Amino acid sequence: MIRRTIAIGKKEFKHLLRDKRLLFVMIFLPIFLLVIFGYAVNFDVKNIQLSVLDKDQSNLSRSFINSISSSNYFYISSYLKNDSEIKYVLDKKEAQVVVVIPSNFSERIEKKKETAQVQFLIDGVDGNAATIIKSYVDIASIKFNQKLQKEIFAKLGVKFEPLISLEPIFWFNPDLQTTKFLIPGLIAMILIIASVISVSLSLVKEKEHGTIEQLNVSSVNSVELLVGKSAPYIVVAFFDALLILFVGYVLFDVVVKGSMILLLIMTLVYILSSVSLGIFISVISTSQQIAFTLATFATLLPSVILSGFVFPIESMPPIVQIITNITPAKFFIVILRSIIIKGVGIEAFWDQLLYLIAFGTLFLIVAVVVYKNDSATA
Amino acid sequence: MYSIEVNNLTKKFGKFISVNNISFKVKEGEIFGFLGANGAGKSTTIRMLCGILAPTSGDAIVGGYSVLKHPDEVKLNIGYMSQRFSLYNDLTVEENINFFAGVYGLKGKLLDDRKKWVLKIANLNNKENLLTGSLPGGIKQRLALGTAVIHKPKIVFLDEPTSGVDPISRRGFWELINDLSESGTTVFVTTHYLEEAEFCNNIILIDAGKLIAEGNPKDLKTNYLLNDIIEVECDNAVKAMELLEKENFVEETSIFGNNLHLIVNNFYKDKTQIKLLLSDKNNIRVNRVDKIVPTLEDVFIHLLDNKTND
Repeated sequence: MIRRTIAIGKKEFKHLLRDKRLLFVMIFLPIFLLVIFGYAVNFDVKNIQLSVLDKDQSNLSRSFINSISSSNYFYISSYLKNDSEIKYVLDKKEAQVVVVIPSNFSERIEKKKETAQVQFLIDGVDGNAATIIKSYVDIASIKFNQKLQKEIFAKLGVKFEPLISLEPIFWFNPDLQTTKFLIPGLIAMILIIASVISVSLSLVKEKEHGTIEQLNVSSVNSVELLVGKSAPYIVVAFFDALLILFVGYVLFDVVVKGSMILLLIMTLVYILSSVSLGIFISVISTSQQIAFTLATFATLLPSVILSGFVFPIESMPPIVQIITNITPAKFFIVILRSIIIKGVGIEAFWDQLLYLIAFGTLFLIVAVVVYKNDSATA
Repeated sequence: MYSIEVNNLTKKFGKFISVNNISFKVKEGEIFGFLGANGAGKSTTIRMLCGILAPTSGDAIVGGYSVLKHPDEVKLNIGYMSQRFSLYNDLTVEENINFFAGVYGLKGKLLDDRKKWVLKIANLNNKENLLTGSLPGGIKQRLALGTAVIHKPKIVFLDEPTSGVDPISRRGFWELINDLSESGTTVFVTTHYLEEAEFCNNIILIDAGKLIAEGNPKDLKTNYLLNDIIEVECDNAVKAMELLEKENFVEETSIFGNNLHLIVNNFYKDKTQIKLLLSDKNNIRVNRVDKIVPTLEDVFIHLLDNKTND
């Protein structure tokens, strides 16, 4: 039993080592994806273009504008001269936000002691970014308000302090870096793509070349065949995982806070359950083309869209939340984030681990059953 | 002693009967030819005999084990080689041998001995490290046979082993089959080449899932075709065939290369009847008219024609 499995595994390894193109793709594609996604997929809103229409042209208006642009989030892309230019800069995307200070700005505050209204026009096309920009603007104007109030009260000889002061601290990811949040998702996505596609192709190749017939007639049983054939790809995928962690550390400062050994064990479980999905696809496909298409379809989209990699599952409609269970990446991402970012142990995610094991077992059983039926009737 | 006993073997796929109640026996160590047109049910039968396809009804005892009850034991005791030469082209000769040896659990001295044997019969001594994909078809075919019987099975199934191989390699391959048979291995072989069927000790012919003839090549030629066969060498064989088909002394016609073979009945007296019709009445030059011993091809065409006429 073991000897036959080893014979098949050895042979498969030789195929892989001789197929330089596949080997190259399996090793370099993961790094390539990591670098591209790591740098390109970024939800941090920085360097916001700010256009200013200052109709007041007073010291006060200038100091208000200064207080906004002095934060690192904004830079002033242009000063406008009249209202008609507002539409132009927003249309041309030369400004993401336009601030319009009315001509009576300083007069209302300093002379009439009234509230002055300042208009902010924010480009709402990207709703997420717009919300973030609004909150930056809010904070900037609250700070300016407080500074101004303090000065006014000081002139009156009254000491002014706000009653409540909020001190938010972001736990786990203090700088709110999206890369830290995204890297675990990337690892999950890359590993599932690499392992499912390669495994699904390997068995189909034997079907296409007719060599599967020879194996069926030999005393090899389906479990030996499927285990032996996927073993080399498990090894390569595991190597990929190490490589991604290393590159993630070098390029994106992603440090594993929790136990490295636990992380590696969990990664192996994840690779195994991905591989059983690959085996399943291989068993139901009749050609490499079909297998490749199915494998891409089953891994790429779900692991990006449904896994919680980018979009939070909690905000999805209930029915879609149920559908998210079709990808093991969903469970692995929770585990990865727990270990890498939070540094917690297995007690925090054992339920996800059970899901992963169940997922892998289910697909493997179905694959073996389908394979047995196929080889008995085809 | 019989190494294969097939009893009322039947396989249905839905309503389609692929193999219809066939029975036959194969003696130990003989070369047994299994013939039939494409789609006649040959592959289905072989798959059942190899224990990878369960029969709908009936059974076969292969190497002492029932394919119905003990398919796994059957698999251990047989070798199988298909027309696709199931070798891995991206592996070397030795890697292919090692792989199949590993699948059958060979090791130690036995492994070394068998490896040497396979290299010898495939004429690949000192060429262990060549990529299998680079070998010529004839050598690949011998290597495929070698790996198929690396575990010294008592019975080997060869499914159209010589298709796509040049005539000289084919002849050499049959010598190899003879050697196997002489060393006591039962060889069960299917082929499309009827001249190859002449090399078999016994033959069965199936058509549409049914067994329609069996026996050794000599018996088949005498028992199944009682009429005389006349070979006619003439110009314009197609035209001549059309003309001859209408004559009452001709039962069947078929073309063999430039020649015509006629199966004639009692109305046939001598060659003047043919010459009269062709050269005198229709101006077709006739070179030669001879009564010949039928070939297996004559017999099978006759048998299969009768079937389709039913």
